[in-house]
Amino acid sequence: MSRSLMKDGRPRSPFSIVTMTILALLWTIPTLGLLVTSFRTRDDAATSGWWTALFNPFGADWTTSNYSGAWTGADLSSGFVNSIIVAIPATVIPIMFAAFAAYAFTFMDFPFKEFFFLLIIAVMVVPIQVAFQPMLNILGPRGLGISGQYIAVWLLHTGFGMPLCIYTLRNYMSTLPRSVVESAKIDGCSHFQTFWRLVAPMSIPAIAAFATLQFLWVWNDLLIAKLFLKSENTTVIVKLQQLLGSQGQGQELLTAGAFITIIVPMIVFVTLQRYMIRGMTSGAVKG
Amino acid sequence: MTADTSAAAPRQRLRTGDDPDAHLRTNPMKIGVGLVGMIAVIWGLANLFLAFGYYPQWFGNKFVIGILAIVAGVGGAALLFYFLNMFVEGLPRRLSEGVIPYAFILPGLLLVGLMLIYPTFQTINYSFANADSTAYVGLQNYKTIFGSSEFWQSIVNNILWLLIVPALVVAFGVIVAVLADKLSATGEKVAKSMVFLPMAISAVGASAIWLLVYAYNNPGQPQTGLLNAIWTGLGGDPQTWLAIDTLKLNSILLMVILIWLQAGFAMVLLSSAIKGVPEDTVEAARIDGAGEFQIFWQVIIPQIKGTIITVFVTVFITVLKVFDIVYVTTNGAYGTNVIANLFFNKLFAASEAGQATAIVVVLLIAVIPLIWYQVKHFRDEEAGR
Repeated sequence: MSRSLMKDGRPRSPFSIVTMTILALLWTIPTLGLLVTSFRTRDDAATSGWWTALFNPFGADWTTSNYSGAWTGADLSSGFVNSIIVAIPATVIPIMFAAFAAYAFTFMDFPFKEFFFLLIIAVMVVPIQVAFQPMLNILGPRGLGISGQYIAVWLLHTGFGMPLCIYTLRNYMSTLPRSVVESAKIDGCSHFQTFWRLVAPMSIPAIAAFATLQFLWVWNDLLIAKLFLKSENTTVIVKLQQLLGSQGQGQELLTAGAFITIIVPMIVFVTLQRYMIRGMTSGAVKG
Repeated sequence: MTADTSAAAPRQRLRTGDDPDAHLRTNPMKIGVGLVGMIAVIWGLANLFLAFGYYPQWFGNKFVIGILAIVAGVGGAALLFYFLNMFVEGLPRRLSEGVIPYAFILPGLLLVGLMLIYPTFQTINYSFANADSTAYVGLQNYKTIFGSSEFWQSIVNNILWLLIVPALVVAFGVIVAVLADKLSATGEKVAKSMVFLPMAISAVGASAIWLLVYAYNNPGQPQTGLLNAIWTGLGGDPQTWLAIDTLKLNSILLMVILIWLQAGFAMVLLSSAIKGVPEDTVEAARIDGAGEFQIFWQVIIPQIKGTIITVFVTVFITVLKVFDIVYVTTNGAYGTNVIANLFFNKLFAASEAGQATAIVVVLLIAVIPLIWYQVKHFRDEEAGR
């Protein structure tokens, strides 16, 4: 039984090739279906499966009007703008606060340090649903009256992202050589200087990793946006959910709308995948 | 860097040198400026951010608000820490050494406290109160939810989700990670990317994708849903899949969506664990005559057990809170309801905050063992560092 070898000298495994091809296709075909359907006319999409258009690309009616319809007609454009405004501050702000905390947890010794850190770890598991009614009271008309505005959602995402961010950054920072920080101290640097000039720049990979995860999580969130944003400030995901809820008319806009919501996280994901994987494997969820 | 070092040298001498009282000295100037600075920053930020909320028209358009928020949020946090640091440095040295760690963790911890810890207790409190949390009603909410069949059905469904989804996600993750490892470098990269990609898709987007797969057309018409096309191709009648609750088929079809979303995450972690398995342990087993399956079960699996458990627990926590998929596809109809969706509908659609918070308390009790596990896991890991 002579098995062919790959370039790097390992034996080729036909079983792996076949199984992986099937799995990879299974994981891709549903998305492909959405993409193809989003470029078909309403009549075409309603009367034949999307795969028929793929097998006969020149006989099918292709159109981009679903996209223009979803963008302007179903008003996904304003949702798209809102999503960007919600997601960027909600990604950047928690990192600021968490980085200082992570620095203290990594490089300083103080009483109750373990208690506080265990608190952070415990809180990571607590379902965010606990926060909704109390926060609706604090932020809503009975409290500050800012529920419905961007600020409410920034605040919530900052709070909810904080434990994971502290945990990720602290795990990463604890792999940095302690001697660097100690020699900075001997040179007379304050903790603040050490943090800015040494530790923060060295932690960029972990910061990028968390930022990617947090951005995806905020962009893709439905629950918080639905509860804490009024309709003119609402995100593209909520708009898509509303489109899904309205059966019947506008069905052809749905697929295009779904693709509009997917495109930004997809770009972020593809460009920052490297950081994200590194963050996931080395910190965010430690194995 | 060198300039800094030389500039810092005299200070250094002052601190450790022959002035024994240096560490006792306070610097009122630093304390004052630090304190005033902190208050000014907090006051300014609070007002700016409240203005975003109350008077959005002042800022022209949304983008201005967004950009201002980024600048103010990040810059404000930096300034806050700057003044905080100045304040602490002004304190006598012994005191300052003791205080500075708390100064660094305080802002983050306060946010966690405000957004997660305080609400946890308040939610428990509200679960004994009425629909708009204005008066206590004793155990009435618990009586109501425990007396409703919808609640118990949701519990059963949640348990089913928990039994099926994490196990299958881990299984797919292991299979993909192991098999992809045997492909050529390019093949591995492509295959893994294809499985990983759904990670970027929202649960709402994924539901839209899979609703297309499960779509139903009347018999006789061409089926536009992939599942029904295959099903009728095999000779069956078209089915409204998500309405079939025999053997919980519809719930299982919804679980498929989550498995599809999460498998990539499991694969990435498990793949890196498998790459960490020392080649010589595999080689040794091979020399001893072990087949590929034996190697997989007896050499690789035991060595990646830690990662398998981590992935399992992480997915378990995600599944416990599963909401979007059920909300968007069936909203709990046809016997597919789950706890988080029931909670949302009580809070949002029915405005029954009392019952909603009682449901969260049930969820909270369910995560207590997981909290205990996470803490224990962390301690074991720290001990091994």
